[in-house]
Amino acid sequence: MKLARANRLTPYVFMAPAAVIMVIALLYPLGYMVYGSFRAWDPSQNISETEFVGLKNYITLWFDPSFRESLGVTLKFAISVVAVEMVLGVGLALLLDRNIRGMSILRTLFILPMMIAPVVVGLMWRYMYHPTVGTFNRFLKSIGLDGVDWLGQHALLSVIIADIWQWTPFIFILTLAALQSLPQSALEAAKIDGAGGWQQIWHIKLPLMMPVLIVTCLLRLIDAFKVLEVILVMTEGGPGLSTEILALRISRTATEFRELGVAAAMSNYLLMLLLLLTVAMFAFNKIQTARAARLRAAVQEED
Amino acid sequence: MPKIVFDQVSKSYGSVQVLQPLDLELNDSEFTVLVGPSGCGKSTTLRMLAGLETITSGEIYFDGKPIGHLEPKQRDIAMVFQDYALYPHMNIAQNMSFALRLAKVDKSEIDTRVKRVATMLHIDHLLGRKPAELSGGQRQRVAMGRAMVRDAGTFLFDEPLSNLDAKLRAKMRTELAEMRNQIDKNMVYVTHDQVEAMTLGDRIVVMSDGVIQQQGTPEELYKTPRNRFVAGFIGSPTMNFMDGELTEQEGALWVRGDGYLLPVAAEAAARLASHGTREVAIGLRPSSITNVINGGAPVELQIVVSEYLGAQSVLATRCGSNELLVEVASAVPIQHGTTQTFEVNTEEMMIFDRETGLRL
Ligand SMILES: Nc1ncnc2c1ncn2[C@@H]1O[C@H](COP(=O)(O)OP(=O)(O)O)[C@@H](O)[C@H]1O
Ligand SMILES: [Mg+2]
Repeated sequence: MKLARANRLTPYVFMAPAAVIMVIALLYPLGYMVYGSFRAWDPSQNISETEFVGLKNYITLWFDPSFRESLGVTLKFAISVVAVEMVLGVGLALLLDRNIRGMSILRTLFILPMMIAPVVVGLMWRYMYHPTVGTFNRFLKSIGLDGVDWLGQHALLSVIIADIWQWTPFIFILTLAALQSLPQSALEAAKIDGAGGWQQIWHIKLPLMMPVLIVTCLLRLIDAFKVLEVILVMTEGGPGLSTEILALRISRTATEFRELGVAAAMSNYLLMLLLLLTVAMFAFNKIQTARAARLRAAVQEED
Repeated sequence: MPKIVFDQVSKSYGSVQVLQPLDLELNDSEFTVLVGPSGCGKSTTLRMLAGLETITSGEIYFDGKPIGHLEPKQRDIAMVFQDYALYPHMNIAQNMSFALRLAKVDKSEIDTRVKRVATMLHIDHLLGRKPAELSGGQRQRVAMGRAMVRDAGTFLFDEPLSNLDAKLRAKMRTELAEMRNQIDKNMVYVTHDQVEAMTLGDRIVVMSDGVIQQQGTPEELYKTPRNRFVAGFIGSPTMNFMDGELTEQEGALWVRGDGYLLPVAAEAAARLASHGTREVAIGLRPSSITNVINGGAPVELQIVVSEYLGAQSVLATRCGSNELLVEVASAVPIQHGTTQTFEVNTEEMMIFDRETGLRL
């Protein structure tokens, strides 16, 4: 009896160290942030000396036009990069899902951008976008066109392009993996049934990949909301507030404006947004597994 | 319903040749069965016909027109896959109507056709379900139905019954045999099960190691196999083979081996006269040996085990060092371990060249 209970507890004993580390490393800072977001907090102060202000930070932010603009920029950025990346990544994967000599090298080349550190990507693109010595404008001038004010007038578009360049491969490899694990015989059946290339994609491949595509899309969205380095290096949020995404505004609020409480509240807004997406993702997975289980149960009843 | 001709068709994967160049003619409205052990190239042959595999060399003709370069959809074929290959995300009605919808057939026409076939296959109550909600047998029917709603000229089946349990398989086999008589189409059916081949085929093509061993009607294959492989593959329980030597005694031809001495029937002896070989193997079907003594050629067999199958029993016996299966009526009492005298119907005895395996 005692032994049985000890046995049941064994796994928890082994998990305890990991759990402790997790609580300290994850929950403590999180709690600190939530706590701080209810206080008027200057970096020079110790948190215990700060004054409790209730929801003031949250309310100020809610009506702060700069915060709203920043939120708008973030949404615009995230939605447009993810939309374009999905289309490009899935399209490329569909195009390159074939066994031709040299295809594996091509595939490896395609995923290179993803492996470069974001800061390096930012620096690279900043030089390429440079108004006079940048690659793009030099090229435009060489063919007799006017240069474009990439990081000025079109700053948001320019950072969007850079992000697409870096993250399309992510969608590409996940889609490719999904494509290659599709049931081959269903595709063959479709060929026999008379489906051409587009019809196979539209009626068989895309519907069968949909669960993977949805999760991929959510993962990318979560990531796009948190993007920081590339934009920091390329534009520092400027000109004006045109590329000041939330992560950047948070760091500026904390360092430049020295309002840790407000920065914490802003982080919490972002956290809630991401949490919503994550919950959506888990819910989607849950629904999928539940449906699979229900189907299996239905079959077993009949056999 | 084209006449299909394979002209020296071969298949290689890289440097490995899995199909030797083969010639094959599939006549209009015939049910042809490709049969052979696993891995002998049956599916490959069928898939080349379907357009799912490229042809390494040679050409396939439909009514004299080469079709090797055509896409599957241009060949007017329907196919049933071994794993059924249903579309997991479509319900049964959508699965069955997919080809018709792609072909832009009238909606009401689609509905009637799907209904008719579904009723015929007893799956009309499942039309709204997804494949994952069906049992194996039901999925198999849907796969059949999906092929049947189409008005294709040629139907291909790749081991469609092999994933079913024995009882369901027997049932579906009978239903297929029935259906075969109603549908006036070319059908090519691949299986590794010779019972399926014998019950379904108008014509059977026996393959082994990427080579066609023999083709013919079920009766031809059973009665006049070309070689030892075909003789051993067709028929159940399988044929017994024993090494032996031809000897002449008192003007008659005999075959002698470990534990037996049997006379060669006159007709066979005449054929054998022209062959120089003495080293042979004899083939005896279990049904050619009986324990009813009637003045024929006797042979002494030691009974090792008897397998009771109902009306018939199969005895595993020993003849010298050879193992021999014998099929007898169960009514006759059998003593294990004893040696009894059996009688061989030498008219049905087959003689093979031991070297080449060809029937003499
Ligand atoms: N894609 C492939 N690549 C290499 N070898 C293959 C491939 N497909 C089949 N083979 C080989 O070809 C032979 C015939 O296969 P198959 O036609 O599937 O046999 P079966 O008669 O069992 O249907 C087998 O030896 C198999 O290993
Ligand atoms: Mg096969």
